[in-house]
Amino acid sequence: MQELLQSLAPWLDDNAIFTASTLAQYWDGFVNTVQLVFISLLLGLFLAVPLAIGRASPIRVISRMIWLFTWVFRGTPLLIQLYIAYYGLAFIPGVQGSIVWPLIKDPLYPALLAFTLNTAAYTTEIFYGAIKAMPRGELEAARAYGMSPMLAYRRIILPSALRRALPAYGNEVIFMLHASAIASVVTIADLTGVAYNIYSRYYAPFSAFIFVALCYMVLSFAIQGIFRLLEKRMLAHLKPR
Amino acid sequence: MIDFQGYGPRLLEGALLTLELAVLSLLLAVVLGLLTASARLSRLAVLRLPAIVYTVIIRGVPDLVLMMLLFYGAQIGINAVTDMIYDRWGWDIFINVDPFVAGVITIGLIFGAYMAETFRGAFLAVDQGQVEAAESFGMSSWLLFRRIRFPLMMRHALPGLGNNWMVLLKTTALVSIIGLSDMVRVAAEATRATHQTFLFMIPVALGYLAITSVSEIVMQWLKKRYNAGFEETP
Repeated sequence: MQELLQSLAPWLDDNAIFTASTLAQYWDGFVNTVQLVFISLLLGLFLAVPLAIGRASPIRVISRMIWLFTWVFRGTPLLIQLYIAYYGLAFIPGVQGSIVWPLIKDPLYPALLAFTLNTAAYTTEIFYGAIKAMPRGELEAARAYGMSPMLAYRRIILPSALRRALPAYGNEVIFMLHASAIASVVTIADLTGVAYNIYSRYYAPFSAFIFVALCYMVLSFAIQGIFRLLEKRMLAHLKPR
Repeated sequence: MIDFQGYGPRLLEGALLTLELAVLSLLLAVVLGLLTASARLSRLAVLRLPAIVYTVIIRGVPDLVLMMLLFYGAQIGINAVTDMIYDRWGWDIFINVDPFVAGVITIGLIFGAYMAETFRGAFLAVDQGQVEAAESFGMSSWLLFRRIRFPLMMRHALPGLGNNWMVLLKTTALVSIIGLSDMVRVAAEATRATHQTFLFMIPVALGYLAITSVSEIVMQWLKKRYNAGFEETP
């Protein structure tokens, strides 16, 4: 990255805003955004699979409790969830100075907590919908073979449901990328935060924000492309012949 | 009664502002969505192309970035125009960008693109025979839109419309970042001042959940209305 910036520097001489130093800031913001989104999506995915199975469970108490979790997290703005995670943890009496304080002091961890729970809620509903839409015949076939519910989930239901959930999950990934822009509110220097800093330093809203908008667009299109490839591979058996 | 430490009235005002903002931007988004969807389905490439560019750009960029661009950029843009007018004709105009108006325009503009996709799919799902029948009755294109296309389209558009409304409602929380005193901003200020996060954030979260629940009831009613003639009424 450093060499690239060095080689770009001569062309940027006449430009007041896009200098090597601001481009380096944008790059750091890009890394922060991707890191934040990727980690929370990954954790959210691991949470969502068992939650979706629980949501489809015949035991009413478990199903209702998971429904309540998704209803609350999908029904309130992510910004509120972020504020609760950020201020809520930091203002607990006695927490400042305890062993967990270094974790809470860094805004990254509260933001990860809020983002992970939020995407877990949306992903749970996506997977639950896919599990519900499972063709009845396949379930009956699994049972006729004497498969236990565990085995049926592992061999039949999850591989099929997770594949069919792929297009909806792709939308969720892009939604999460766009939602992560609010991380700048709790002083994380993500792409949007960097753009805001550069806007306020140079008072140049058009350059600062249009450039960052293009960065997000490139990321969005890349994610769309990856999911289109994945769908082509994993949903090949569902294509009309 | 919960003691809001003097922030109670401001929280209520904030809730009212959230509602006003959401409803006004929904209206703008529906109008923009209908126009854009019609443009995308038009036979003229001159109309189709800008509509595609608009929807692709809006859907590829985060709401907050667009909001900042429009909110911080609008004042500079307008000032540049008014300065030019002053230089050329000597008219001294001063337009101050009102944050509320900027919020409505931005959210309306963002969700206009999402609505356009919903409406486009719904227009395509309208039975072509019905349109042909209306044409053979000699209906003008406006009458055809008002009496045939729109009511038939709404049946297909309602689920997407409801979804968009829920997302829009939650997006209004972002205006607190650009300085509008909606309920999230009031709650955040109160939290910073009193260090009692849950006292302020939980009621605001419940406020959003209440609006969502009421909207679901309204959606059920609308669904029944636009499904008339398609489903057996019990």
